[in-house]
Amino acid sequence: MQGNRVKRCQGKPVGTKGRKMVDYFKLIALAGVFLFAAMGANFAHDLPYQVNAIEVMIAAAITFIYVIRNVDEEVHHDQGQYLDSVIRAGVIATAFWGIVGFLVGVVIAFQLAFPALNIDNVGGMLNFGRLRQLHTSAVIFAFGGNALIMSSFYVVQRTCAARLWGGNLAWFVFWGWQLMVVLAASSYVLGGTQGKEYAETVWYIDIWITVVWVAYLAVFVGTLVKRREPHIYVANWFYLSMILTVALLHLVNNAAVPVSIFSSISVPVYSGVQDAMVQWWYGHNAVGFFLTSGFLGMMYYFVPKQVERPVYSYKLSIIHFWSLTFMYIWAGPHHLHYTALPDWASTLGMVFSIMLWMPSWGGMINGLMTLSGAWDKLRTDPIVRMMVVAIGFYGMSTFEGPVMSIKAVNSLSHYTDWTIGHVHSGALGWNGMITFSVLYFLTPRLWNRERMYSDKLISWHFWLATIGIVLYAASMWVSGIMEGLMWREVDANGFLVNAFADTVAAKFPMNVVRGLGGGMFLTGALIMVYNLWMTVRGQPSRAAVYAGVPAE
Amino acid sequence: MCAKVVKSQPKKVATTGHVWDGIEELNNPMPRWWVWIFYLCILFAIGYSVAYPAWPMLTRATPGLLQASTRADVQAEIDRFDAANAPMKAQLVATDLTMVGQDVTLNSYALKAGKAVFNINCVQCHGREGGGSKARGYPTLSDNEWLYGGDLDAIHTTITHGIRNTSDPDARNFGLVMPAWSERALAGPLADAATAKLTAEQIGEVVNFVFKLSGQTADDAKALAGAQLFADNCAACHGEDGKGNRDLGAPGLTDAIWLFGGDEAALTATIAAGRGGVMPPWGFAPEGGLARLSEDQIRAVTLYVHSLGGGE
Repeated sequence: MQGNRVKRCQGKPVGTKGRKMVDYFKLIALAGVFLFAAMGANFAHDLPYQVNAIEVMIAAAITFIYVIRNVDEEVHHDQGQYLDSVIRAGVIATAFWGIVGFLVGVVIAFQLAFPALNIDNVGGMLNFGRLRQLHTSAVIFAFGGNALIMSSFYVVQRTCAARLWGGNLAWFVFWGWQLMVVLAASSYVLGGTQGKEYAETVWYIDIWITVVWVAYLAVFVGTLVKRREPHIYVANWFYLSMILTVALLHLVNNAAVPVSIFSSISVPVYSGVQDAMVQWWYGHNAVGFFLTSGFLGMMYYFVPKQVERPVYSYKLSIIHFWSLTFMYIWAGPHHLHYTALPDWASTLGMVFSIMLWMPSWGGMINGLMTLSGAWDKLRTDPIVRMMVVAIGFYGMSTFEGPVMSIKAVNSLSHYTDWTIGHVHSGALGWNGMITFSVLYFLTPRLWNRERMYSDKLISWHFWLATIGIVLYAASMWVSGIMEGLMWREVDANGFLVNAFADTVAAKFPMNVVRGLGGGMFLTGALIMVYNLWMTVRGQPSRAAVYAGVPAE
Repeated sequence: MCAKVVKSQPKKVATTGHVWDGIEELNNPMPRWWVWIFYLCILFAIGYSVAYPAWPMLTRATPGLLQASTRADVQAEIDRFDAANAPMKAQLVATDLTMVGQDVTLNSYALKAGKAVFNINCVQCHGREGGGSKARGYPTLSDNEWLYGGDLDAIHTTITHGIRNTSDPDARNFGLVMPAWSERALAGPLADAATAKLTAEQIGEVVNFVFKLSGQTADDAKALAGAQLFADNCAACHGEDGKGNRDLGAPGLTDAIWLFGGDEAALTATIAAGRGGVMPPWGFAPEGGLARLSEDQIRAVTLYVHSLGGGE
């Protein structure tokens, strides 16, 4: 069992000199934020800004009270202990936002099948157009983001044998991220958006994301710097590439000029096809670095830990890391085939996507082959099964991606449900399943429990989620290819045969199946939350179990 | 208690020697198939980027050996169909609308073209195959009830100029709507157009008279009072007998066909708040601009709409 003590290290209390001064600065800054937010709430030009300003006021007030109650308190960061409390909070946040994101996803899936579910008379707050952004941001940034931050904090401490750098900065990252999620969610339903896919957050939330992300980078790099292991483990390369690249993408894509300091509306500095290109350079690499590199970081730590086998090939991990990192960043133009984008950019986007196939699969090979000599665990350990299916979906969608980037395929698949199915076999299959397995891995360890409450429920979760994803992906393949064929169908004179509404009507059964698949995935996640809850509440603590067993 | 070191494979492949929190890394070589497919992909990428426009230079990108261009491709395809269809288009514009039906080839071409035009431009409001939308007051085009006439010329005029739009001065019913009759005119764009006022009770009476006109069950006493109100206020447009007036686009009220619904709630809302559906002009070219549809397209869609079932 891995204890919470850092190996080979003496506890070193941090001095408290000058701490009072820092607290006073913090109080002044928080009071300033509070006052400005109060002004903002008063002078706001639009509702999203006003509501966000009130939320910032509340957050500043709570933080103010917290700081003032702790002025002069001696803070003791025991460098001989891992900082695990923030990771426990991250586990809870990941599970919570996961449920929120999946639930909204199921709602909008059924809204597409049954438009009457777009409820009137609530000012448009529950329309598909607003909830879609809530869904994507909740699953990517709230669920995925919390999973990445929390797991990277866990992994970087264990593989560096060092406590997180920066004292309570990790807690700032955690709460800052939750504040971002709340601000974004409330602004979306009230209509505040930049209209950029996966970057809908309005300008002041973008600034806040930057602040939190820089703090995250500082904690992560700070911990790497003070590591007690001679080398940096491969999982940390992936996490770090994720943090650095996302920072770059976020800053470039969100360059915009607000129309007023009291308005949520801003004007992007790019226009036309340049704006589209920057957006999809961002959008594609949000997938590439947030949802691929970051989650590969998870895989490289948690898969070998769970199956208790060494990583398959060190060499492969180097080559596929650097090739993935180098190639991914150029593949964005494949989102803009056959648009105003020049042909040459389109070509480069396509060929880089094809070259990306094997670098992506390097991760899959390293993950799967780590099981060699331990394949029997597939039968006995539902967490391993979940990891393997996650890696399988990773391999499947990183093959499908290059195929869809080929211009001829893209001319059929683009704008259809096929794209949605592709995204979800990656998001549900890869990101979702690997995150679930990590939650199952971490919960007993972080709460010091002997084991999960029920392996049987993990199996139930596994099957519900897997079948749900298969229903989702299969229905979207059928629907997307049908839609693409119907759109392009012309008669002998070159006239379109089908109206758009014909394709919408034809997709109805597949839309229902998709909703059902999503519902199964959500049900599985609810079972997981129950299982995690019962583990924390009801299982005997590990200390009790191991009582009387001599230390190894 | 320290972490258990993960054991190496039985095959005895060496590890790199590092251990992180119990995790070791084997020194397996990269799978050959992986390396070779990776090389092949790179070769393909190089070959493709030589063949197609790819590398940006100082002023323009390399055009590629094949001189390919997606814009040229699509233009060629459009030109091919345009050239193939040009004689038919010319013939359609030259032929009197009523005579198109005599020419089987031309008629078949026009109906296919018209369906495509309809499916792209008209279906959003008028529904698939002209089914209409009662909830939003978009007329059905597949029945035999016409607000402005259902012969080919009338349909052609309606499509060309539209209805009550503000851009084409020749639009039907330019600036003319059914006013709001409610004493407390409901808020909305038509509220200002209220000319005469009826109380809620009087509106109820008119509704009952309309029920009677259209053969629905009505309260006789109310309908009797409504008859006078109808004659005073409504008959000018809808006709003494309620059969409507095509010159004004006033719908007939004596059958079971309703533009906005014929139950009590719908009729009350219609009378209280007024109505005034708008259709854009499809053949009107604004100054310095183009019309949305060309004459051959308008003719084609006219013939298609006429063929939907209710053409007169």
